[in-house]
Amino acid sequence: MCLAIPAKIVTIDGSMAKVDMMGNERIVSIDLVPEVVMGEYVLIHAGFAISIIDDESAKETEELLLEVAKAYEEEGQ
Amino acid sequence: MKKKGSKELMDKADILLAEIRTLAQSPFSIMEVCGTHTVAIAKNALRELLPKTIRLISGPGCPVCVTDNSDIDRYLYLAAQPNVMTVTFGDMIRVPGTKKNLQELRAEGADVRVVYSTQDALALARQNPSKEVVFLGIGFETTVPTVAVSIEIAKREGLSNYSVLSMHKVVPPVLKMLAEDDQLVVDAFLDPGHVCSIIGTGPIEFMAKDYGKPGVVTGFEALDILEGIVMLLRQRSEGRSEIEIQYQRVARAEGNPHAKQFIEKVFEPIDTFWRGMGLIPQSGLGIREDYGAWDAARKFALPVFHSQETPGCRCGEVLKGLIYPTECPLFARHCTPMKPVGPCMVSTEGSCAAYHRYSQRSVD
Ligand code: SF4
Repeated sequence: MCLAIPAKIVTIDGSMAKVDMMGNERIVSIDLVPEVVMGEYVLIHAGFAISIIDDESAKETEELLLEVAKAYEEEGQ
Repeated sequence: MKKKGSKELMDKADILLAEIRTLAQSPFSIMEVCGTHTVAIAKNALRELLPKTIRLISGPGCPVCVTDNSDIDRYLYLAAQPNVMTVTFGDMIRVPGTKKNLQELRAEGADVRVVYSTQDALALARQNPSKEVVFLGIGFETTVPTVAVSIEIAKREGLSNYSVLSMHKVVPPVLKMLAEDDQLVVDAFLDPGHVCSIIGTGPIEFMAKDYGKPGVVTGFEALDILEGIVMLLRQRSEGRSEIEIQYQRVARAEGNPHAKQFIEKVFEPIDTFWRGMGLIPQSGLGIREDYGAWDAARKFALPVFHSQETPGCRCGEVLKGLIYPTECPLFARHCTPMKPVGPCMVSTEGSCAAYHRYSQRSVD
C-alpha cells in the first residue's frame, strides 16, 4: 500500500500538476511538495507527489525501472 | 533477480551478493518491515539468492493486514447504513469481517466505491451532495498526509458530506513493541523507504540507540534491497548500530516537513489495536477535535466492536515474524488469494499473498 512511482513534473497549475509517469500523463496533487518546479522528478503515491527525487539519481532511477520493466517483458510476465 | 535481466544490473547484483556472502559468516536475522519490501523480495526470489545464514522475516508493514477485526466490523456496519457511500482503496474490498466483506455488502445494495486517491473521494462528495461520503482511512505515514490534505480541503470548502473513518497507524511504536518482544529474534531492520520519506529517520533512531537494533531505510528494487542488506551487515562487522539511508534518492533524514505538518495539524496519536498484536500505545491516529465535523466516528456516533480473530488464521504470528506464512495449516489449502481466510492473504502486500503468488520460487 506504500507503493510509490517516480514521475516528472510537466506543468503546474496551483496545487495540481501534470506529470509524466513513464510515458503516461497523470494529474496529481502537489500539496505535499509545494516547492517542486517543472522538470523535477517526484514520487507519486495515491495521486499525490509525496517526495522530490534527488536530481542526480532521478534519471538513473528511471533508467533502472525501465531496465527492470524490460527484463520482465522479456520473461513474458 | 530475474535470470534474463540486463547485464549491468546482474553485475551489480553479483557484486552485492559477493559482499553479502563474505560478511554473512554467522546467522543474521533481518526483518523487512514494509509489505512492499515483502513483495519485492518474493517477486525477485531474493531468499533463494541469499546465503542460508541470512534470515529475512516479514514484519507488520501491510496496513490492510494489521487492521483489527473490530475496525473491519465497524466500517462494515457503517457501510450498511442508508445514505452512506463508502469510498476506499481497492485493497480493502475483499477483506473479510466477522460476517461479510465490502464486496458482499455492495452486492446487497450498499454504495461502495473504489478510488485511487483521496482527491477522487472529494470529487465523489462534491458530485453527490445528498449522500454521506465516507472515506476508509487505512494506511501508514505514507498515505496519512494524503488523507490529511483531503480533510483540510473539505474544511476549507465547507464540504459537509465528506468524512473519514481513521484507522491509520504509525510505524515507530510497533517497531518499539517488536524490539521489546523476547519471542522475536531479529538482529536488524530494513526500514520502510516511503514511510521514512515522510517522517525521516528521527522517529526511529531509538531502535539503534536504545535497543541496539540497526536499521537501513531501503528502496524497493531488488538492487536496493541487496544494498540495504550489505549496509546492515557492514554495521554488524564494524560493531555499529545506526539508522542509515540506502534510499537516498528519495528519503532524507528530516523527511518531508510539509507532509509532517499536515499530519500533525489534522491527526493526533491514539492507542490502537493491531491484528494479532493487541493494543499498542500511541500507535494510531485519531482526527483532532478541530476537524471533528469530518470524523466519521464522531459524526455517526459509531459503536465500538469487540470482534474475535478469524478462527484458524495465524496472521497475527505472521505479522510479528514468528512464523512463515507456509507454517499456517490453512495456507494454500483453505486459504488462497481467491478465497482468503485472513487479511494477510487478501492484500497483495500481505505476506501470505506474496508467498502464495511467488510460491514455487520463494517458499523455503
Ligand atoms: S494463510 Fe490465510 S489463514 Fe493462514 S495466516 Fe495467512 S491469511 Fe491467515
